[in-house]
Amino acid sequence: MVTEVVIQVRALCNQFGSNVVHKDLDLDVRRGEILGVVGGSGTGKSVLLRSIVGLLRPAAGEVNVFGENLLTLSTDKRSALERRIGVLFQQGALFSSLTVLENIALPLIEHAGLSRNQASEIANVKLALAGLPAEAGALFPSDLSGGMVKRAALARALALDPDILFLDEPTAGLDPIGAAAFDQLLMTLRDAFNLTVFLVTHDLDTLYTACDRVAVLSQKKVLIVDSLDVVAADPDSWIQSYFHGPRGRAAASVASALET
Amino acid sequence: MTSPLLLQSAPQSPSTASTDEAVWPKLCLLGDWTLVNYQELCRRAQKPSETPRSLDASGLLNLDTAGATLLVKLLGAEALATLIPDATGLTDERRALLQAVADSMLDREPAPPSTYRWGDGLERLGLWVHSGWSQFTQFLGFTGLTLVTLIGLLPRPWRWRWTALVAQMQQAGLNAVPIVALLNFLVGAVVAFLGATVLTQFGATIYTVDLVAYAFMRELGVLLAAILLAGRTASAFTAQIGSMKVNEELDALKVQGLSPIELLVVPRLLALLITLPLLTFVAILSGIAGGAMVAVLSLDISLARFMGIVQQVPLIHFWLGLSKAPVFAVLIALIGCLEGFKVGGSAESVGERTTSSVVQCIFVVILIDAVAALFFMEMGW
Repeated sequence: MVTEVVIQVRALCNQFGSNVVHKDLDLDVRRGEILGVVGGSGTGKSVLLRSIVGLLRPAAGEVNVFGENLLTLSTDKRSALERRIGVLFQQGALFSSLTVLENIALPLIEHAGLSRNQASEIANVKLALAGLPAEAGALFPSDLSGGMVKRAALARALALDPDILFLDEPTAGLDPIGAAAFDQLLMTLRDAFNLTVFLVTHDLDTLYTACDRVAVLSQKKVLIVDSLDVVAADPDSWIQSYFHGPRGRAAASVASALET
Repeated sequence: MTSPLLLQSAPQSPSTASTDEAVWPKLCLLGDWTLVNYQELCRRAQKPSETPRSLDASGLLNLDTAGATLLVKLLGAEALATLIPDATGLTDERRALLQAVADSMLDREPAPPSTYRWGDGLERLGLWVHSGWSQFTQFLGFTGLTLVTLIGLLPRPWRWRWTALVAQMQQAGLNAVPIVALLNFLVGAVVAFLGATVLTQFGATIYTVDLVAYAFMRELGVLLAAILLAGRTASAFTAQIGSMKVNEELDALKVQGLSPIELLVVPRLLALLITLPLLTFVAILSGIAGGAMVAVLSLDISLARFMGIVQQVPLIHFWLGLSKAPVFAVLIALIGCLEGFKVGGSAESVGERTTSSVVQCIFVVILIDAVAALFFMEMGW
């Protein structure tokens, strides 16, 4: 089966001062998959995400999204390409001076040229898709709980029907029930919108339930990208302790119990 | 051009007629149902006159959530959800999309719109008055709290925070000297020109010197220094403490058993208490220097004569002006810090509070100055 590659990272190098984060990192993300990116703290998972969406100019190497290099495109083309990308930031990054509904409606008004009423109608649907009640739309981000912030941020990331969704630790700080519901929501949305999802996470349960492939970031590059079973069987010591430590075993046993 | 939403109530030609009667009326989706065409769709698609019993999407070119939203709006989530499973011409992806949107909108009451009622204006006035009053009581409470903390600190010199105090003094005092000096110098020159213009008509140009000296010693020196400090330092206090509040740093202090008042407010208050009188002194000197420049350069009054007249001004005027500086310092520091503590959870709130803090400080400074002027005059000082 030939699958289209939507994100192509080649020989990426990132460094801050003398601290080298990535060295000759290669990664492909295929259309329609949920790719989980794992790695220890400080291995540059979020940096990789920021390099791909064009927030960070890499020291060397190339990042292509839909075959285009974001950093060399003209402003108009870049803006058009960025509309096909949705990002959920670690802290949500909702605009604190706008209500939740206005947060979601903003890209619709700005990019699609809709009137306020039309944008609100669509924003309401996104709110519902993200699993938030209608009353939450009138609230300000400071009034939301942690789980609601994540859902609202997801609704905003989905506002323009993106092709690729970047999630930076979406289930961090959620209770296990909320996290499991978020995983389900993610899979429903992926099936409905044919989304490609780039998921940075520490949550082993998310990896077992939602991800098609897992990329392990270690030693300044992507150590291995493959299905979870193959990755978990890799002899690398970090991978072994990650997937077969106490938490890894628990998540794996739950996942296998669910399958049988 | 045909409507993107077509309701066929009966078979178009008998030969193609379905044998199944339950299909009619049939709803046909045509064209692009996407965000790009949303406005066009809104204009052209009409709510169907009858409830359709089947859906034909074979004419559908593109579909996204915006299109699905419009379908939900036109048909209702429930009707759409019942149509989707038997719809013809839908790819699996689009069926899943429509299903997801329809399912999420099922049993969903729209949030009630906020409407204007009679009396809302009155309610707002009431809220406004109430918030003004509570602001005043809050200020009194905050002043008391700070005083108690300060008095509690007095017998414990090992808990005095010299580093914070000196840092604040540099920020609020030393760094403000150039701007305070320059501004007062310019205003001093302006007052001298103004005095000369009026007083020449009486042949009393020499009294320009008295005008500048009295004005800056009694009023303008301290007033201008305080207003500059209100704009420069009160806003900084509010923004600093406000962003700490947004970041939950204040809560972190509290749970560690540290008092934000002792750590943040007291050093700032003491710093202003020390630096504002000093800045006032700089302001008075600069203002008189500005006046002297105008007197020497354009009024033909020699510098020695100018200084001679200034020396004859009774010293009480200088002390009267300077006596207001500590009062202003306390007010500016307390208002600036209190507004910082009032910041809510958002970036916008930091901005609101900073504005409010500067406005309040300048208002209070001018108000107190006017009251003091009246009082001093009545006392014959």
